[in-house]
Amino acid sequence: MSVDADTVRRVAKLARIALEEGRVQPMAEELNGILTWVEQLNAVDVAGVPPMTSVVKADLKRRADRVSDGGYAEDLMKNAPLAEDHFFVVPKVVE
Amino acid sequence: MSTLTDLTLAEARDKLKAREISARELTDAHLTAIEKARPLNAFITETPEKARAMADQADKRLAEGVAGPLEGVPLAIKDLFCTEGVQTTAASHILQGFVPTYESTVTKNLWHAGAVLLGKTNLDEFAMGSSNETSYFGPVISPWRRTGDPTPLVPGGSSGGSAAAVAAGLALGATGTDTGGSIRQPAAVAGICGLKPTYGRCSRWGIVAFASSLDQAGPMARTVGDCAILLKAMASHDAKDSTSLNVGVPDYEKSVRAGVKGLRIGIPKEVRGEGLSAEIAALWDKGAEWLKAQGAEIVEVSLKHAHHALPAYYIVAPAEASSNLARYDGVRYGLRVPGDDITQTYENTRAAGFGREVQRRILIGTYVLSAGYYDAYYLRAQKIRTLIARDFEEAFKGCDLILTPTTPGPAFAIGAKTSDPVEMYLNDVFTVTVNLAGLPGMSVPAGLTGDGLPLGLQLIGKPFDEETIFRAAGAIEEAAQFTARPGDWWSTS
Amino acid sequence: MSERPAKTIEGVTGAWEIVIGLEVHAQVSSKSKLFSGASTTFGGEPNAQVSLVDAAMPGMLPVINEFCVEQAVRTGLGLAAQINLHSVFDRKNYFYPDLPAGYQISQYKQPIVGEGTVLVDLPKGETIAVGIERLHLEQDAGKSLHDQHPSYSYVDLNRSGIALMEIVSKPDMRSAEEAAAYLKKLRALLRYLGTCDGNMEEGSMRADVNVSVRRPGGPLGTRCEIKNVNSMRFVAQAIEYEARRQVDIIEGGGAIHQETRLFDAKKGETRSMRSKEEAHDYRYFPDPDLLPLELDPQWIETIRESLPELPDAKKARFIEAYGLSPYDAGVLAGEIETAAYFEAVAEGRDAKLAANWVMGELFGVLNREGLDIEASPVKPERLGALIDLIADETISGRIAKDVFAIMCETGEEPAAIVEAKGLRQVTDTGAITAAIEAVIAANPGQVEALKKKPKLIGWFVGQVMAKTGGKANPQAVNALLKERLGPLDEG
Ligand SMILES: [Mg+2]
Ligand SMILES: [Zn+2]
Repeated sequence: MSVDADTVRRVAKLARIALEEGRVQPMAEELNGILTWVEQLNAVDVAGVPPMTSVVKADLKRRADRVSDGGYAEDLMKNAPLAEDHFFVVPKVVE
Repeated sequence: MSTLTDLTLAEARDKLKAREISARELTDAHLTAIEKARPLNAFITETPEKARAMADQADKRLAEGVAGPLEGVPLAIKDLFCTEGVQTTAASHILQGFVPTYESTVTKNLWHAGAVLLGKTNLDEFAMGSSNETSYFGPVISPWRRTGDPTPLVPGGSSGGSAAAVAAGLALGATGTDTGGSIRQPAAVAGICGLKPTYGRCSRWGIVAFASSLDQAGPMARTVGDCAILLKAMASHDAKDSTSLNVGVPDYEKSVRAGVKGLRIGIPKEVRGEGLSAEIAALWDKGAEWLKAQGAEIVEVSLKHAHHALPAYYIVAPAEASSNLARYDGVRYGLRVPGDDITQTYENTRAAGFGREVQRRILIGTYVLSAGYYDAYYLRAQKIRTLIARDFEEAFKGCDLILTPTTPGPAFAIGAKTSDPVEMYLNDVFTVTVNLAGLPGMSVPAGLTGDGLPLGLQLIGKPFDEETIFRAAGAIEEAAQFTARPGDWWSTS
Repeated sequence: MSERPAKTIEGVTGAWEIVIGLEVHAQVSSKSKLFSGASTTFGGEPNAQVSLVDAAMPGMLPVINEFCVEQAVRTGLGLAAQINLHSVFDRKNYFYPDLPAGYQISQYKQPIVGEGTVLVDLPKGETIAVGIERLHLEQDAGKSLHDQHPSYSYVDLNRSGIALMEIVSKPDMRSAEEAAAYLKKLRALLRYLGTCDGNMEEGSMRADVNVSVRRPGGPLGTRCEIKNVNSMRFVAQAIEYEARRQVDIIEGGGAIHQETRLFDAKKGETRSMRSKEEAHDYRYFPDPDLLPLELDPQWIETIRESLPELPDAKKARFIEAYGLSPYDAGVLAGEIETAAYFEAVAEGRDAKLAANWVMGELFGVLNREGLDIEASPVKPERLGALIDLIADETISGRIAKDVFAIMCETGEEPAAIVEAKGLRQVTDTGAITAAIEAVIAANPGQVEALKKKPKLIGWFVGQVMAKTGGKANPQAVNALLKERLGPLDEG
């Protein structure tokens, strides 16, 4: 399974990371290096083995339906790059 | 040089309680040391004013006789723990200037116990690294140097700042986080103790996530006993973390000198394979002998799938990270680099905000989760995790603890391994197995290389059995008599 | 029910069948969010109902709301569906400003509820079964406001993290009418169960509509998904428009390509969504911050035992116990409030008469005034009292309608109105006989005509009723008229 330049571009797009064209090919090589190394796992017989879903053996914690949080819009805006009237403001999104 | 910074945490605690020293003078001594040690770049943010205020509060409580178990003890906190009102960066440009309005559960527990915040320590960006070289704020320089050789060395990673701070006497203890070895590996190469607790022992709430199913916070300190004291304070059941378990937190300090008589120590035969340096192999043998000499039984165990752990880890961790780091999008906090539209804004922000290694891991993680590759990579890796966990379950039927080296070698020079990611990843070869299975593991300093660099041994325990680890770690500590400290070159240079 | 007549639309090249599946997002009626303690109340100040978790601040973790799990199970039971004892929460990864974490916590491969069925009554009396594919729990996203500023969007996360049940139907519907009826039935069910308030205006219920067309009985066509349609009427309009659009494209030699579309309610059209144009790759994987959700079968049984009587059962009982027609029973059982109103009126009375009054006069007034039955100006006890006055012959049905109109206006007791206006009906034969004699005397021609046209008796009844100001008992008038003028050839 070899990663080519187009795959790198597609994955970078999915991950929303701008990659300058000059970085695409080197990145493809780096990713291939890692993936080739990882390919040794194909030798492991995993037939009938369930995937690990959690390392903790416990029941999923559940909380009661109570309103116990919120009410601090001002605090939420403190680190915002751009905010107005307690809204987060972003470049216009076209639907 | 002040002797106050040479105290162990336990000694300092006792002297504070006895009012032989004040929290304020202890804190001041450490703040002075931190200032002098700036060439190490161990801290991203120093918090002297807050530290003094907290120390004064601690002195007041000590005077009133209402002191907590860590009252007045100055600590360094890895800059992955969110701290209310104090910048928290994860060593990333994307979080530069981020000031949380909340406090992580682990640090809240520490402050509740009376501890004092000295500052936030440097780390690999988002804890992704094994050498602390990926930090946006520059690498940490290890306080250790090879004998007669001024080449700057790495402190290990990702908790490199914490390790360096503790080793250099800048803090009595520190917090770390360990996803694939990020507490144990830097502890080993910095000549200190570091423990990754059982997954679920410490709350993850308020800690910047790297790989959720692997991340665990733990203590770093110069002695086993100090780690025991810290873990007791850090650990708690947290209703805000669905993976934090409601298990009682014992008094670990008592276990440290409880001895190893009757314990069965497992030596995994597969780990002894090729590539193990003679120096490390010899140290390992020595560790087994120390434990045997104190009454433990050495048994051979099998971890058939251990050598698959590292590649499996390098699928699981980046996959989870690619999703965990999606929130850094420049909308609600952190860096924003505007573009023509929202998509370009995301892309510019994340390209400028994340360093190379983080980008690489996000891309790998995105790739292995993407349509058509999920089964071949992520699902397969999770199945291998099951096999690894089963190996441990099987092995622990025949032993109480497993002993291995912590790292394949000592600290290396800065820049020595940055060109090949896979070579860098190999630093975690003995530690990742433990994270994949969610087990507790601890590194204890065990000796020095020929050229004077620390090496550590790792003890792996059963789930939630940190007590037995502390027993054996205490025994190794006693036998090893590791008293070496790095020279104070930074304050003289 | 499988043998239903084909429903088709005509194209220039022949008939086309529409294939429709619905994905309904129903907001769980919970006080707090699915994974955080922030409030779910509608219409709060911007970002005031947002926790650190909902805003995906660094280091935040989800903890599930037990009530939401219970409501999903309850709904699954109401849909006669399989409840899965083991289910898993996955992350659905994509970037959008109102999705703070960059992923939505949802259930993908292992949902909490599996296959089920909903029976849907169509207006012409036909009943169809619509298969349920699954129901899963997931988080809602926030809201982006695009019209506040020429170059910026404003993000409000109050909805972010609210618990939704996504209920996915099988592609079992064949017309806009069927889809609307299914949605109506589903809404009624959720409201009966109390798991969702069904308020489409506030966004508590939204439908994604999957539409494709094919030759009757032929292979399935390529579908388009119309996102977030928020009323029954729009669902029907969107389907009509979309099916026609697809037929036109295919018949024009084009091909349908799978895409996400938006319904423009103003134009009554669907259009392609620009933001969804690029290929999706959601990279689902189990959320490592959560463990699998394991349910106790006994707990499920206690929920099952607490279920209310649901619309289908209620309809059957209305037919069985009250002798209502299937149509009337269906209408009266269709909404939980209507059923409750009707039962309060029918209790201890002539149920058919009660049904006629509820469906006739009451619905008439509610429709005219645009009111919900809970806001009815006439409460069920009052309507019951009015029916009692008819039953004991205090007033005629005819007069009752006048009394009802006054009740709607003034809210007064029916008995008080009857007394005050002197509407008590005349049963005194003497008074009625006098009125009959007067009518006969004044209309000899009609008396003659009656011999050839017996149906004219109705005219005489009307005359006599008018003479008594409508207060005469109509049965008595009939009987006395027949006695006086009959025997008539009923031929
Ligand atoms: Mg959907
Ligand atoms: Zn959905």
